[in-house]
Parts: sequence; C-alpha cells; structure tokens
Amino acid sequence: MQEFRMPRQEPATVSVGEPGTGGHLAAEGMSIKPKSFGRQTWDRFRRHRLAMIAFVILVLLIGSFWVVPFFSPFNSTDTNIPDMNQGITSKHPFGTDPLGRDLMIRTMEGAQVSIRIAAIVAVVSTAIGTLLGALAGYFGKWVDAIINQLINLILVVPAIVVLLVMGIKWGGSPNQTALLVAFISWIVIGRIVRGLFFQLKETEFVQAARAAGAGSGRIIFRHILPNAMGPILVQITLVSGSAIILESTLSFLGLGVVPPDTSLGKLISDSKGFIDTTPSRVLIPGAILTILVLCLNFLGDGLRDALDPATRKGRE
Amino acid sequence: MSEPVISIDDLSVSFPTDDGWVHAVRNVSFDVEPGEVLAVVGESGSGKSVTALATMGLHPSSASITGQIRFHGRDLLSVSEREMRGVRGNGIAMVFQDPMTALNPVFKVGAQIAEMLQIHSDISKAAAWSKAADLLESVGVPEPGKRVNQYPHEFSGGMRQRAMIAMAIANGPDLLIADEPTTALDVTIQAQVLEVMKAAQEATGAAIMLITHDLGVVAGIADRVVVMYGGRVFEEGTAREVFYSSENPYTRGLMSSIPRLDSPKGERLVPIPGTPPSVLSPPPGCAFSPRCVYADDECTESHAELRSVGSGSSHRSRCHKLGQLTEALAGGAS
Repeated sequence: MQEFRMPRQEPATVSVGEPGTGGHLAAEGMSIKPKSFGRQTWDRFRRHRLAMIAFVILVLLIGSFWVVPFFSPFNSTDTNIPDMNQGITSKHPFGTDPLGRDLMIRTMEGAQVSIRIAAIVAVVSTAIGTLLGALAGYFGKWVDAIINQLINLILVVPAIVVLLVMGIKWGGSPNQTALLVAFISWIVIGRIVRGLFFQLKETEFVQAARAAGAGSGRIIFRHILPNAMGPILVQITLVSGSAIILESTLSFLGLGVVPPDTSLGKLISDSKGFIDTTPSRVLIPGAILTILVLCLNFLGDGLRDALDPATRKGRE
Repeated sequence: MSEPVISIDDLSVSFPTDDGWVHAVRNVSFDVEPGEVLAVVGESGSGKSVTALATMGLHPSSASITGQIRFHGRDLLSVSEREMRGVRGNGIAMVFQDPMTALNPVFKVGAQIAEMLQIHSDISKAAAWSKAADLLESVGVPEPGKRVNQYPHEFSGGMRQRAMIAMAIANGPDLLIADEPTTALDVTIQAQVLEVMKAAQEATGAAIMLITHDLGVVAGIADRVVVMYGGRVFEEGTAREVFYSSENPYTRGLMSSIPRLDSPKGERLVPIPGTPPSVLSPPPGCAFSPRCVYADDECTESHAELRSVGSGSSHRSRCHKLGQLTEALAGGAS
C-alpha cells in the first residue's frame, strides 16, 4: 500500500510579533525618507522642462492680468476721444479703441474675464463629467446606456452649432457664457472618467473594499475616484484651454460676452475692422489667447507624464 | 458538535457566456465548523474561487445561483445587499490572493485598516488608527506606529499580506476566507504568512476557509480538506484522511504529482495525464474519467455520488470505484 505523505513545509523560524525578513529589508533599503505621492509627482513635473516653463509663464501672465490694472493710471471705461484709435504708444502700450479707451487695461480686464470663464468651465464640467462618468462606469448597464447616449448625442452634433443656438437664447454675461461652454465641455471629462471607472472597478482593491462591506458610494468616491484623479487633472487643464477658445469663438461671433463686459474673444471681435490700420489691436489679445492655451496644453502634457503610473514605475 | 459557522448546501453557480452556460459550481455542500481550518483544494476551473466569492456575495451579478449558504443559520443568498454589506468584513472577512493589488495604492495602510473598523462601527478616527497600529503589531509588522503612516508601495509583499490579514481580522470575524493567500508570495514568505494566519485564527477564534491549489500549504495548516474538481466536491475528510488514506483517484493523482523531500533520488514525478475538463462541455460522466487510470464504462457514463468511506466517518469520496482503489493499487504493485 502506497503511503501518501506530504512534504511538510517547515515554517521559517519566525513567529508572530517578530519582524519578518521581508519587511526588514524593505525598511533598510529606504534609508531616505520615502516621498509621498504628491512629492514624487512634483519632482517629476519639475523635470519636464516645457511644462515647467509653461507653468511659470501661466502664473506670471495670469498674475499680470490682475496686477497691471492696479498700477495703470487709466480706467477701462474712461473715454478720451482725442486719443482714439491709436497704435502702440508710450502712453498707451496696447493702443486705444474708437472711444479712446486704454486698450492695455481693457485687454487685462478681458483676459480676466476669459480666465474666470475658463475656471468656471473647469469646475462645472469637472463636477458634472466626474459624477456622470463615475456613475456610468461604475454601475454600467442601463445607467451607462443613458449617460453614454447623452455623451454621444452632444458629441455628434458639432459643438459650435449647439453653442450658437444656445448662445442666441442664453448668451450674454460671462457666467452664462461659461455655463454654455461647460455644457459642451463636460463630456470630455465624462468619457475619461467613465473609462477609468470601467477599468478601476475591476481592480482587486475595489473587490477588497467590497469584501470589507463598503457600499457603492464609499467605493466610488473613496476608493476609485482618488485613483482616477491624475488623468482627471490632466483633462481639466486641457478643458480649460479649450474653454478659452470656445468662449473667444462665441464672443467673436457676438453670442458670448456682450458689452459692457469684454473678453479676449470680444476684444478680437471689436478690432477685426482695424487689422490693416492698427494690427496690434488684433495681434495682442490674439497672442495672449494663444499663449494661454498653449501653456495650458503643455501643462497638461507635463502633468500627464508626471502622473502616469507607467512612467512612474519605470523610473523607480 | 456545535453548529457550523457556515453551511454550504447544494450550491450551484452558473454563468451565461456567449458559448452557453458555464456551470462553475455544481451541487456543492460542505460545512465549516467554528475555529477549524478548512482547505478547499482544486486546480484552475474547479469552482473553488467561485464558491468563495458566492459565500461573500461577490459573485458577478450575471451568475445564476441556487442552493443555500447559511451563516449562523441565516441564508446569505436570500438576504438584501444592505444586510450582506453588514456581514462582509464583519462576520466574514476575506484575504485576497495578491497583496500587491488588493491594497488601494493611494491610501496609507493605516487608513485602510481603520476604514475597515469605521465601516462596521462608530469608532472615532483616532481610535481606529490606534487600533490599526495594534492590529499591525499583532500580525508581526515591526514598528507599527510608523508603518500605519506608510503607503502600500512602501511595504514588501509579505508585509502587505500581513496588513491584509490585519484588515481581515479587524472586526473579529467568525469566518476568514483566504483565496490563495500565499500564491503571489515568495516561498520563504509563504510559510511566515501561513503562521500569521494560524496565529491570528488562534487569537480570534475565527474559522478559516483556505482556498488553494497548493497541497503543501494545506498540509501545514488545514484541519479538514475539501477537494474540488470540475465544479464538484470529489473528496472530503480530515487532513489526515485525505493525505494518508485518500479514496479518490484525483486526490491521489494530485499527491503523486508533488515533489517530496523524502522521495528516492532519481524518482520521477507522476503527472496527471490530460487537461482539466472544459467548463463549457464537461464529460458526460465523472468529470475526471477522461484522465483517470481506473475509469471504465460506468465512469464515463454516469456521475458517482459522494459516499462515505467506511462507516460513521466524515471521510467521503466521489468515485464509482470506492473501496476498490486500494486493492487495485495493491494488485498493480505486486
């Protein structure tokens, strides 16, 4: 008769309460204080030269929109007919408009409005996009079917057509314009978040959270969302950039910001008749717009690289 | 005998696929007694993991599931999701296979253990954190006060699995389900983690349902063993009965395919020929019959019932040739 005997695995001479070798080695290997997630990301971001330059330019540029008017002797509504329609002068570095208003201060204020709109769009579209994307990705099935069809609906109709139609009815103030743009922009974030949730809900740590007795709300907001923040952050920068462009487009077409408010797009629109006589009136707000959007995109690229888990692993 | 912690009764789980229904678990019944370590052994596709997931109520929602899983007499398959959430992590806790992925990478280990406590009681955050440190200490993590503030990537594999065990025992569960808890670990760490589980069990009095394909793991820790194959229980008994006097060709095949330290030099391992049965179109008779050296027409045509080996013993085996195996072996050897 054959005997079935097992090769009994003798446990190593480690009892509970004693440090295991594995943990010991890991602890010794880390003589330097381990860096937090945020710290690592910042270090990696700093090494991304283009993104770092873009970041510095953005901070200086946006800061100047608020600082420069403070030192300007002019007010954005002061008219001075004798000085009207000037190009670049020492008194008016950005020239003047047909009412003789100083264009530097008007440009700064217009840029402030554009930035404010971009910020509102970023907040609103992130909130809507994250919530709906999370619900669609996490629950799937009919919840996903409804939200996904909504996204597709907005996606297939050209954004500009939707914005034009809605702009006629609801355009006007900067806040209204921002909400219009956010109505289109949230789908960008919604699709990204939906995809991330589809992927992350299958991970073992989500399964483990479920096994711990966590409910859907806790799993969505506490366990999955923090893991999706990196890509969402990247999308926020890109959405902000495109929001500035969309706002300018709307305002240029006369459906966004209306007087007495102004914005970068409105400034360009107002000066389109002067492209031959005083091109600086178009070029300056145009250049600011371009730099803002470019910098936001470079910032997004840098963030993407800094937050990407793949590159993170590769360098560790 | 006291009432079992968990009593799985005639459990069947099937999944719809594009190619038809996959019957992952078929009429499985077994009990886990308080404080015992029950090993559920089987290869990939044997239904052992699905049985564990069904016990936690974590099977895919598309699954069709029949039978009963009674936890302290209450059928978990018929309670609401809300009630089930109160059981998970509290009455029944789970240790996952891969500690590298089962911990959330963006939270400190202490936060994850504390969360486990906070889900199931009104404990304050500070108290939960200090209990988290105590739990880490109890599973043998050095410097627990410092370790609670570290992220999972700062833990080694063995330490992470200890942290997972700390999470699992946080609420003093009556049943600990460990799904391949050592598979993702180095061999040297495996033994340590098993020791930790055993110690944790002794400290909390929890029963353990150990899901594994590794008989070496089973031998060191299990009180009783359930061998599964093709979604069915093939053999059930105490570890001694199953290891030393197995009455099932599949179990015997598993044993002889394992290298032994005391086997004569040059002796070859005996693999089980063939491959596990297709889950979509299993063989009509005994699922093991295509690979079984003892199989005859009876085996390929009909299922064997799970029958007691000897009278009055808990040792049961599913084989048409029950009682003839030892003679067959003896005859073959002479």
